[in-house]
Amino acid sequence: MKVIEVENLTKRFGIFTAVDNISFSVERGEIFGFLGANGAGKTTAMKMLCGLLRPSAGKGSVAGFDINRDSDKIKAAIGYMSQKFALYEDLKVWENIRLYAGIYGVPEREAARRTDALLEELGLSHEKESLVKSLPLGWRQKLAFSVSIFHRPGIVFLDEPTGGVDPVTRRQFWEMIYKASESGITVFVTTHYMDEAEYCNRVSIMVDGRIAALDSPALLKKEYGAESMDDVFRRLARKSVNGGL
Amino acid sequence: MLKYLLEKEFKQFFRNKALPKMAVIMPFMAILIFPLVANFEIKNISLAVVDNDKSSTSRELIQKVAAGGYFSISEVASTYTHALRSVELDKSDIIMEIPAHLERDLQREGSSEILISANAVSATKGGLGSAYLAGIIGDFNKEINGNISTVVADSFTITPRFWYNPRLLYTYFMVPALMVMVLAMVCGFLPALNIVGEKESGTIEQINVTPVTRLSFILSKLLPYWIIGFVVLTISFFAAWIAYGLTPAGNLGTIYLFAALFVLAFSGFGLVISNYATTLQQAMFMMFFFVLTFIFMSGLYTPVANMPRWAQNLSIISPLKYIIIVLRQVYLKGSTFTELLTPFWMLTAFAIFFNGWAVLSYRKKS
Repeated sequence: MKVIEVENLTKRFGIFTAVDNISFSVERGEIFGFLGANGAGKTTAMKMLCGLLRPSAGKGSVAGFDINRDSDKIKAAIGYMSQKFALYEDLKVWENIRLYAGIYGVPEREAARRTDALLEELGLSHEKESLVKSLPLGWRQKLAFSVSIFHRPGIVFLDEPTGGVDPVTRRQFWEMIYKASESGITVFVTTHYMDEAEYCNRVSIMVDGRIAALDSPALLKKEYGAESMDDVFRRLARKSVNGGL
Repeated sequence: MLKYLLEKEFKQFFRNKALPKMAVIMPFMAILIFPLVANFEIKNISLAVVDNDKSSTSRELIQKVAAGGYFSISEVASTYTHALRSVELDKSDIIMEIPAHLERDLQREGSSEILISANAVSATKGGLGSAYLAGIIGDFNKEINGNISTVVADSFTITPRFWYNPRLLYTYFMVPALMVMVLAMVCGFLPALNIVGEKESGTIEQINVTPVTRLSFILSKLLPYWIIGFVVLTISFFAAWIAYGLTPAGNLGTIYLFAALFVLAFSGFGLVISNYATTLQQAMFMMFFFVLTFIFMSGLYTPVANMPRWAQNLSIISPLKYIIIVLRQVYLKGSTFTELLTPFWMLTAFAIFFNGWAVLSYRKKS
């Protein structure tokens, strides 16, 4: 079953076309990598899917809701973790969880129970009462991810979730993504770390607002006769008129 | 949903190092300190005297001026030019030149002319100083006429009182208006800056992808500051009562009603700013620009009736003007609601206008 379907989606800012007529679909439970150089249009495309930006043209549905009309319903059905760190630094760990749980309508007692289980799992139980700003960046990112799927959404959108994080933490972060995927959550992730692309079930590579390639990492490497996703990406990005890399 | 958002706002407010303290200190600063320093009462005016007459009358006049407490004789100059030099050197503020033959003219013709010239760089000091001086001279004039007509003391009754007690009246005039300023800061500035702060830190983007409606988001920003605003206003009432024995002559309920309306209007204005600003710097600058305009147009310092016609027309756009009118009227004159219908409708119009604009200009998606 397709949880994301997009047809001819376009976003223009003035005369600049950030996303140019893209079409793709994502299956339930998939880890879908959305790659591209800075400025290739991946964040813009993702924002349209989450109901943060209105498409200039084209149609699409997320979790069964139309992105042009039902953005409020989409918002209740998805999780989102932005590129910028988005937890409240002046709130404690449990207060952040409580806030988002409350916003998504998780019942209070259930939320309290899940909070303890989550912190246990993350090994953050002793930091429950700490302010988020006192946590190291890697921990915050892991916490932010956990908060974004706390209400058990069907799909989670991750916008460059591992930016600025050390390799060990990135590894752990991907383990968390796998776990979420196993529990049935579809993961839509943008990144520009090519090693991370290898972890995805399928990846699309955006160049200048268009989808230049879309397939599983193994097939893409075969098609381009490349050793790694990094090679594939370099070959595609070289065609970019905007410079890309 | 709103419950959780409000909980968050209050936690953040009270966890902030500066805000709760500021909220308590500000009303005390505004009520106890500002009226004393922001005061138009003119004291210690340095007076240069040019006495061309050197008669007993002129000496008496100079003595009277010096004894009034407002003027200190900084210079007794032989010519006007010398006196002017002393003004140029900033030693004197005002020159009083007594013409030659003052005494003779007064006795023979019953009139004479005294020249007052004032350094008007500080227009208030110059203007009020020369008005004080003219008043003293006027008093003196009456006394002399009394002497000349040799009428005895009992017809020498009370003259209309030029000298009000400027300090007392000015404080009473200022305090209600300063309460408005405090309210405007807490309920207009703080929520707007708070929202822009969330834009800057990126947390608003996270909220925007949640099912939080724009109404609950905005209410979660406004309600806490409305509550804090009313606490602060109440502290101001107590501060004014303790410090100056100033209590409202009218109904306290009327004040709260109008304050609520003003707060609604002014926080709507803050929201409009927060919708257009993307950084705190922009928001601060826009806020200051408009708030300063509102203040100067509001009659806080200078009565609106004193302004030129075009400025009076412009002053209708200042919501501060109406609430200041209300607080002064209720506090000092004891006006009731029915006498305050104009401010009521104007504030209602502002509330609708700003909040309508805020809702229209707020976009969860672009």
